[in-house]
Amino acid sequence: MRIGVFVCHCGSNIAATVDCPSVAEAAKLFPDVVFATDTMYACSEPGQDGIIQAIKEHRLDGCVVASCSPRMHEPTFRRALERAGLNRYMLEMANIREHVSWIGKNKELNTGKATELVRIAAEKLRLNTPLFANQFDVTKRVLVIGGGVAGIQAALDCADAGIQVIMVERETSIGGKMAKLDKTFPTVDCSSCILGPKMVDVAQHPNITLYAASEVEEISGYVGNFDVKVRRKATYVNWASCTGCGLCMEKCPSKKSHDAFNEGVATTTAINIPFPQAIPKKAAINPEFCMKLQKGKCGVCAKVCPTKCIDFEQQDTIVSEKVGAIVAATGYDLFDWTVYGQYGAGRYPDVVTSLQYERMMNASGPTSGHIQRPSDGREPKRVVFIQCVGSRDKSVNRPYCSGFCCMYTAKQAVLTKDHIPDSDSYVFYMDIRSPGKGYDEFTRRAQEQYGVQYVRGRVSMVYPKGDVLVVRGADTLAGTQVEVEADLVVLAVGVEASKGAAHLAEKLRISYDQYGFFMESHPKLKPVETNTAGVYLAGCSQGPKDIPTSVGQGSAAAAKVLTLFAKDKLESDPQVSSVNQNRCVGCLKCTMTCPFGAIKDVKDRAGNTKAEVIETVCQGCGICTVTCPHGAIQLQHFTDNQILAEVNALCQPELEF
Amino acid sequence: MTLTIGYYPGCSGAGTSVEYDQSTRAVCARLGVTLRDVPDWSCCGSTPAHTVNHVLSAALSARNLELAAQAGLEVVTTPCPSCLANLRIAGHKMEQPAFRDDVRALLETECETLAETKSTLQVMVEEVGLDEVQARVTKPLAGLRVACYYGCIMNRPPEVMQFDDPEHPMAMDNLLTACGAEVVPFPLKVECCGAAAGMPRKDIVAELSGRLLDTAAGLGVDAIATACPLCQMNLDLRQGQANAARGTRHAIPVFYFTQLMGLAMGLSAREVGLSKLVVNPKPCLERAGLL
Repeated sequence: MRIGVFVCHCGSNIAATVDCPSVAEAAKLFPDVVFATDTMYACSEPGQDGIIQAIKEHRLDGCVVASCSPRMHEPTFRRALERAGLNRYMLEMANIREHVSWIGKNKELNTGKATELVRIAAEKLRLNTPLFANQFDVTKRVLVIGGGVAGIQAALDCADAGIQVIMVERETSIGGKMAKLDKTFPTVDCSSCILGPKMVDVAQHPNITLYAASEVEEISGYVGNFDVKVRRKATYVNWASCTGCGLCMEKCPSKKSHDAFNEGVATTTAINIPFPQAIPKKAAINPEFCMKLQKGKCGVCAKVCPTKCIDFEQQDTIVSEKVGAIVAATGYDLFDWTVYGQYGAGRYPDVVTSLQYERMMNASGPTSGHIQRPSDGREPKRVVFIQCVGSRDKSVNRPYCSGFCCMYTAKQAVLTKDHIPDSDSYVFYMDIRSPGKGYDEFTRRAQEQYGVQYVRGRVSMVYPKGDVLVVRGADTLAGTQVEVEADLVVLAVGVEASKGAAHLAEKLRISYDQYGFFMESHPKLKPVETNTAGVYLAGCSQGPKDIPTSVGQGSAAAAKVLTLFAKDKLESDPQVSSVNQNRCVGCLKCTMTCPFGAIKDVKDRAGNTKAEVIETVCQGCGICTVTCPHGAIQLQHFTDNQILAEVNALCQPELEF
Repeated sequence: MTLTIGYYPGCSGAGTSVEYDQSTRAVCARLGVTLRDVPDWSCCGSTPAHTVNHVLSAALSARNLELAAQAGLEVVTTPCPSCLANLRIAGHKMEQPAFRDDVRALLETECETLAETKSTLQVMVEEVGLDEVQARVTKPLAGLRVACYYGCIMNRPPEVMQFDDPEHPMAMDNLLTACGAEVVPFPLKVECCGAAAGMPRKDIVAELSGRLLDTAAGLGVDAIATACPLCQMNLDLRQGQANAARGTRHAIPVFYFTQLMGLAMGLSAREVGLSKLVVNPKPCLERAGLL
């Protein structure tokens, strides 16, 4: 074999702490290495041309590129090899940036370590063989998990492009958090007026199948061919015949049910349609509060229903769908602010969350848009907003900024003035973070035009005094303590990952961070992709985002799905396990350890049991290879011999020089 | 109930708050809790020690905790939250080997075993229990409207104290409710009274304690119950100063919670040391039919 070695400087990223020319010089002595050089930027056009030229000039069979992580540029160099006429799997990378130059300052030690890594890569490359991908069909249907604005956007974009969309929504209506909002910043336009038409489009689009009140139960398969099981939760109403007339809601005697849509500001009936613009506009029974389901007595709704669609015997059902790609748009939930004892931990009714306040201001909310104190129904004349409740606070394990609270607080303060012209608003803030288009102008307008009092400082305590709440805090600009007597306190509660997000991530086999937000494939260059092929992200499931960004990401995820579906066939990764049938004794231990069900048992011509790998299902994890007692099952590109060659190179560096 | 427990009165228990010490001992005796004083106990160093040197402060506390352990006492209780903070923080810090070595060098002992410290409030709630307290009540405090004031250090820092809610404690509220009192939700129960600032800047104490008194008065209370000698002193002894500085005319008696518990259990005014209080408690107790 004729091997070429290319040691990249990466500008000064590597060269500052690694002597690249001497690494290349040392590599010339390694077995089978016939050419070695250092290069300024291996990934640049001249860098790649240099590799291609060297392959042709020196009749190379394979290349070692010593540069950055293969996560960064392995595809780049593989393409370069292919352009030079080599098989893409005749490339090995030695990561001398993330693993060497960025983490050590001693140039001599770094150079030694880089040389060893190059030697390991060269030894492995000596045993590499060309591998070839198989092709398989793509199911051109997409699953969108979550029916908030990000999911809606992704679904509509895909559906408009002619792709069949399956949308799964946990609640009984789509719309997500945006449907609960009164107005949106910085234009102060009505939230449901701009979201409502999109929701209707989802309901009416011939390419979209909507499963509301449903959750993803199980996902198997791989990019292009996912098998999804969806649990359609019992709503105790036959939605095929429910017309959404609402007669059941009028007559239901259980009127103290928790109203999740209104954030608990009011109560609702046990059978309900969450809001007038709900999509699908179908009634569902909350079994916790239904007298018939709890005590066996009532059934009023069944009696009044004109289409006889109430079914108290209804059970969850499972439907199976085949899709080729998945968009996870599961959104966010509010942080449980009751851990803050200093704000009363939920003891004071007139301390409300920002989302509750949205419902109180919303014309279709429980108070018909009249702001009233929950305790006595009085109109508040002085409202205090406290920002960063569960954001930027290490003490509650929420060190991140929720991003949009500064803006919605300014919006709510402006709207408060519109609703109650003789009211005063105070905002306690840490910093005003308003980097969007027209955002800073908006917060300025709140202060200058609407006279909202911004106090820079944290609130130490909220306590009742008579029928008002005393808000005590610091004014760090004036260097004093301030006390404001408020009629109503609104907490700008921070964002956290949607409940159950981590659980879903495990079903999707995607990574999530310590707070439960899904991990993108690259924080800058692959913001909507995940590390699992065919699974994309949109909206707050990946991290806190405002509406424009969520919509943008929804469209971006749709574009990625369409890119994937632009091909009729996908190529499978040949770096999968394969069974040497001559060695396999048919013990089938591998079938038991494989986490993906990628190994099946077959009979050979003599009728003996043998294991066989389903290439499209295998993820290349290698668990089977360590399970096999005979070494009959080998992971291509990472065979036992290749790994042992690497170990030998590391443990016996002086041999064979 | 038979319970034997170590007891650390603290310097104020032997001085400015003898009535707290006296009523604690009397209530414990009535509840069947045997208090055994830590033999040859010494001052915990109070605020001056830990503001100067943490090792010195911990050594003073560790000495007492070691003496208690040597006397076979696993748990030591102290009524004073300041002593409690020093003793518990010492025990907490001694878990770090390096710190422990510094203290050992200073004390010239091994500090092998140290007793654990609990506030008297915690012992009443966790070891004795509200049911047991309620069972001993012979003269319920019915008709006495009380605000329970814990002070700012009773349950802080929470990771060291490991008892009750640091922002919204309920232990004393529950105890006095068990004694039949009408306990009002007091929103400033963990606010600062001004503490030792009374020496250099009595205007600060007048302001901070004045706010507490105003709020309690606004809730229409007959009395305030405290668990801290310094809080009691600021609210009781300096109530006149607060009135003078703020133009108020409060006359709210400020009890130790153990005094009220004692009265509910049938102890006499003398046995719980009511004569030591500055604001006369007699009118309110008579109104409530407790004297």
